Amino acid sequence: MNDIPEQPGAAAQPPGPGGPAADDPVLDVRGLVKHYPGRSRAARRNGPIRAVDGVDLRIGRGEVLGLVGESGSGKSTVGKCVARLTDPTEGRIELLGRDISTINRRAMRPLRRDVHVVFQDAYSSLDPRMKIGDIVGGPLRQHGEGDAAQRRRRALDMLERVGFRARMATRFPHELSGGQRQRVALARALVMAPRLVVADEPVSALDVSVQASILNLLLDLQADMGFSCLFITHDLSVVEFISDRIAVMYLGRIVETATREELFAHPQHPYTQALLSAAPVPDPRTTRAAGRVVLRGDLPSQATRIPGCPFHPRCPVAVDRCRTEVPPLAGVTRADHPVSCHLVDPATGGPDITQGRNGVVHHTS
Amino acid sequence: MPLLEVTDLRVQYRTEDGPVHAAKDVSFSLERGEILALVGESGCGKTATAMAVPRLLDGGNATIGGKVVLDGTELTRLPEKRMQDIRGKDISVVFQEPMTSLNPAYTIGKQIGEVIRRHTDMNRGQVRERVVELLELVGMPDARRRLGAYPHELSGGMRQRVMIATAVACDPKVLIADEPTTALDVTIQAAVLDIIRRLREELGTAVILITHDLGVVAEVADHVVVMYSGRHVEHAPTAALFDKPQHPYTLGLMDALPARAARRGGRRRLTEIPGMVPPPTTDPDACQFAPRCARADAGCTAKRPALSRVDDGHLVACYHPGPGGTA
Repeated sequence: MNDIPEQPGAAAQPPGPGGPAADDPVLDVRGLVKHYPGRSRAARRNGPIRAVDGVDLRIGRGEVLGLVGESGSGKSTVGKCVARLTDPTEGRIELLGRDISTINRRAMRPLRRDVHVVFQDAYSSLDPRMKIGDIVGGPLRQHGEGDAAQRRRRALDMLERVGFRARMATRFPHELSGGQRQRVALARALVMAPRLVVADEPVSALDVSVQASILNLLLDLQADMGFSCLFITHDLSVVEFISDRIAVMYLGRIVETATREELFAHPQHPYTQALLSAAPVPDPRTTRAAGRVVLRGDLPSQATRIPGCPFHPRCPVAVDRCRTEVPPLAGVTRADHPVSCHLVDPATGGPDITQGRNGVVHHTS
Repeated sequence: MPLLEVTDLRVQYRTEDGPVHAAKDVSFSLERGEILALVGESGCGKTATAMAVPRLLDGGNATIGGKVVLDGTELTRLPEKRMQDIRGKDISVVFQEPMTSLNPAYTIGKQIGEVIRRHTDMNRGQVRERVVELLELVGMPDARRRLGAYPHELSGGMRQRVMIATAVACDPKVLIADEPTTALDVTIQAAVLDIIRRLREELGTAVILITHDLGVVAEVADHVVVMYSGRHVEHAPTAALFDKPQHPYTLGLMDALPARAARRGGRRRLTEIPGMVPPPTTDPDACQFAPRCARADAGCTAKRPALSRVDDGHLVACYHPGPGGTA
């Protein structure tokens, strides 16, 4: 349904610093589609909600891939499909070389030891009636690991790794602060030593000083345990801090993927450029307001079918071709920097959106 | 004379666990057309401080002490009836969550118009024209056609524009914006911050911006008050605060920011602030940050440091102020 070509060049690149075995990715997603049909009259008239509309992504061993996008971009749905918390409509999801996109719950169960999820709201994802020790030991029990004493020891061990003393095991979630709860959620996700962690906005509800400790902890544990991570967030500064590679989503598709340094230094897709220019920088000297591009309008509904490039109605530099032809996600300037935009030039890179003819450009000082 | 002068403001809530000191001896002033940011983490008292100005606190449980003088009028002792004439006209508020602060049963035209009808003698036609003008001011496309729209028909960014239009309907002297962009996407946030900047330039509105986001502060604020545990610990012009932060807590906040860490480059590690915020029921005569502070000594816990001047317009409540060398 999408003419997104294979990226042999991109695939052959080592997946980030220290990520060996490029031909052996932990996660390989191809042509992922998730449509929610909906039963209302509006849904029947407008067609399904196209939450994810053709996504390809790979995560190498020990790699942190940041998936960034605004609300409604489909980033969380990608995470849910990858962990098989929902069934994808189309596409292939390979976890450690095994296609999990269509297997049933029973067949999925043993594979769940390899993929775990950390959600944004640690409070609602922890059972209020369970003690912390039982919560962290839960996955061990479900997978029938060892006997009760061994499970208890492993749970305590994991709690210690996220910075808790043993007495934490007898507490209940309501006794903990937001940051402590997120540590517990992290401990539960990691107690089985999974190969892939899907972290969906894990620090978005936390204050900056607490956020800092969780991000540090996640990176420490990742270096220690070597798991790969799909880190889903709307926060550009967090994604810049934590990711080896970053994929930018817009309206159910990935519009650009690059290494962290490359994406922030040379953003090519007009949406990426606008997103980066919109992010407030905590430094009044280098404020980006000067070259800021304020996009027109809001994110369209995911039910609307937009001909051509999905971003063209808001794009300040769109040309006629953008209105009719879907741009492929292709590495024009570099094989490991695929961009889905007609205007990327092999020599000069992405278009300069501050020069947009029909964009609303503010040059405030 | 400043437009708004807040002196030794204290906000106290009665709770089952005893009195909670939400704001303690907070003082600041606001000039016409100035954007002042109140920054701090959850529970630091920034919202209590700002909402004490229009007295939008739980009347039964909250007591407000100190002085709040708006243009020569002392507000803390004003009868509630007089206060109602001031709210929405001289001081108005934009809340974080536009969906819960808009009434889902009324069109946006009616809701914005209500403020105008309450405070002016305009007739229906005039009110309608004023509402269209306001919607255009906040960048609502197709303003006239949107008068009959209900809040649920609008996106989050558009709803926040309606909130701002309502707030500035009577040209308030002071606009209090409580995390106005926190619930919005970053591209929409940029547009809303643009509107706030423009209101200041075009209407001369003074703004108290409550936020936890130092990025937003750097973009729009003229002055910043950093709050910790109910007290303001540092007060500075925005550029000075980011250039030469003085209070160890401010420094800690800045070093904890991923955006600044990414800019510093090198080792991927954020600076953490050890420990936790003290419970709001306590109010000892000591620096409340001392237990978490690397610079703390016996003096810090013996007596609370007063706000003192370190530079022009730069105040800090610390015995060991200065940039750098926290960790």
